[in-house]
Amino acid sequence: MNKRTVYADNNATTMVAPEVRDEMMPFLTDLYGNPSSMHLFGGQVKKHMDTAREKVAALINADPSEILFTSCGTESDNTAIRSLLSARPDKKHVITTRVEHPAVRNLCQSLTNSGYRVTELSVDKSGQMDLDELREVIDADTALVSIMWANNETGVVFPIEESAELVKSRGLPFHTDAVQAVGKLPIDTKIIPFDLLAISGHKLHAPKGIGALYIRKGTSLSPMLVGGHQESGRRAGTENIPYIVGLGKACEIARKNIDREYREIKKLRDRLEHELIEKALDASVNGDSQNRLPNTTNISFKYIEGESILLLLSEQGIAASSGSACTSGSLEPSHVLRAMGVPFTRVHGSIRFSLSRYNSDDDISYIVEKMLIIEKRLREISPFTDD
Amino acid sequence: MWEYTDKVKDHFFNPRNVGKIKDPDGIGEEGSLACGDSLTLTFKLDEKQRIQEAKFQTFGCGSAIASASALTEMLIGKTIDEAEKITNKDIADYLGGLPDEKMHCSVMGREALEAAIANYRGEDVNVLRERNKNIVCQCFGVTDHEIIRTIKENQLKTVQDVTNYTKAGGGCKACHAKIEELITGTMGAREKSVTASAPKKRMTNIQKIKRVEETIDREIRPALKADGGDIELIDIDGNKVIVALRGMCSSCPSAEYTLKEYVEAKLKEFVSADLVVEEDKS
Repeated sequence: MNKRTVYADNNATTMVAPEVRDEMMPFLTDLYGNPSSMHLFGGQVKKHMDTAREKVAALINADPSEILFTSCGTESDNTAIRSLLSARPDKKHVITTRVEHPAVRNLCQSLTNSGYRVTELSVDKSGQMDLDELREVIDADTALVSIMWANNETGVVFPIEESAELVKSRGLPFHTDAVQAVGKLPIDTKIIPFDLLAISGHKLHAPKGIGALYIRKGTSLSPMLVGGHQESGRRAGTENIPYIVGLGKACEIARKNIDREYREIKKLRDRLEHELIEKALDASVNGDSQNRLPNTTNISFKYIEGESILLLLSEQGIAASSGSACTSGSLEPSHVLRAMGVPFTRVHGSIRFSLSRYNSDDDISYIVEKMLIIEKRLREISPFTDD
Repeated sequence: MWEYTDKVKDHFFNPRNVGKIKDPDGIGEEGSLACGDSLTLTFKLDEKQRIQEAKFQTFGCGSAIASASALTEMLIGKTIDEAEKITNKDIADYLGGLPDEKMHCSVMGREALEAAIANYRGEDVNVLRERNKNIVCQCFGVTDHEIIRTIKENQLKTVQDVTNYTKAGGGCKACHAKIEELITGTMGAREKSVTASAPKKRMTNIQKIKRVEETIDREIRPALKADGGDIELIDIDGNKVIVALRGMCSSCPSAEYTLKEYVEAKLKEFVSADLVVEEDKS
């Protein structure tokens, strides 16, 4: 087997940063106390939890009391949406978009079984939403608006500031699934008036199993887990201290380096994208390249299929992902690319490369070299050609 | 990541007989770019009327390429009569098995083979057209002919099976009832699908009320009581079941969830899939 590996699937999950792991280790060994306990074991742990909360808050310029630790992004999204709905039981209309992550999309679709009306905002060819459409669909029955900050498949960034301001001006609560954006883009709760914002640890080099929900002061929250008084009664269950500390460290690192990493990772992504588009037989970029995460590119290779590409990339030690039906476990290809009207013929051959601070220039050269060989090889097997 | 056998991986990474024979004796095409997989199969016979050469071109996933490669290997040396007997199961077996969700790749191989043999025999286009006119699944263009044959050859019992093997029903799901009919028609009523455990016959209102009460007593109340709650049946209006949650349940923040995900699911399972549960707010 080849020795080289290039991990370019960072929108799926990221490597735990070594500094994060080191920060966590004491809490898996000596510092095992329960923060609720009235003794030194607990007390010293409680201090570290408070510090972690401050670090998470600092990344988005929030007050620490506005940060709730959860188990994952999905829990944060579910808590946010269910909470907002239970706070206004007379309102039965939910607005979201057609390209949300399943954590929001499937939850909203399931609400239709409970008498809710769900409006999914459309996106244009570039995956961008239309503020006018949002303005038009808000009505007297609307309970909440939930719009993702950045799309996991294409990296397209929505106009969250304008959306949040519009929704707030109509007196409605606004939730945003910012799982892909936190740590990559500057986010400031004092500038953008969202009420709730979901964070996932493992997308920013903390481990899996930890998330957070930002809850703006004054927003009522009904807990999903009822029991003890942890998290000020907003989420029962003994706190996952090692992971909370890890998330704090990951947010601290992200905050310190956010501008530099944005530039560096974007440079790598842009080079990868330009070289593939230029040198491949037929490749095109999916998504608005003006408003996009710095680390993501979603490229369709014509006449070849995504799963086959991934298997051959994987054989070369390269990890990426695809919107093809064959990789989804269902027969339906990516709902995001279809919402954008990307033709089926291109959806099936779509590959997402998502980079991180741990990728290098050499990685990009390696991906380009191997990807071009793979395209050629699968084209030779494919019955379709342009000639 | 799919669990592929070593044989599948071998045929994917080192596909045999890639290409398209010029002036073939038979050519079959199956699938389309839009569906996500497509196969062109060509073969040529020797003077003893055995398949001397078989080639394929595939657009598709790993198992689609492996299935087509395997099929060409299986064909070489066979007479047309022998080749005709190859089923999708034979292709999957040759590869040491395929994941359930990927069985449709082996079916695509068999379909292309069928088309190639028909082409070799110069079969009347009208016969083929007749066979292919009843499209059951509009999303993936799957005919009743293909579904019935696949049900028979693979002893399929559920709609999910049929979707795994033919893709039919994997899109908008509008054809699920029709597929259910084809399964019953082909396999007989003896094998009931697991999902169809709710009685299908039209119930009288009295029967419905009785069943709902039984299900609440037997399946639902004990679980709620374990959490300090209770449930009371208030009314049944058509398919609308109105209940009130009592005890701890009445103040529980996940009451809405309990109602839909638990109470309604149980009633749908044991009484009728058409039921909707609502909470009595008065």
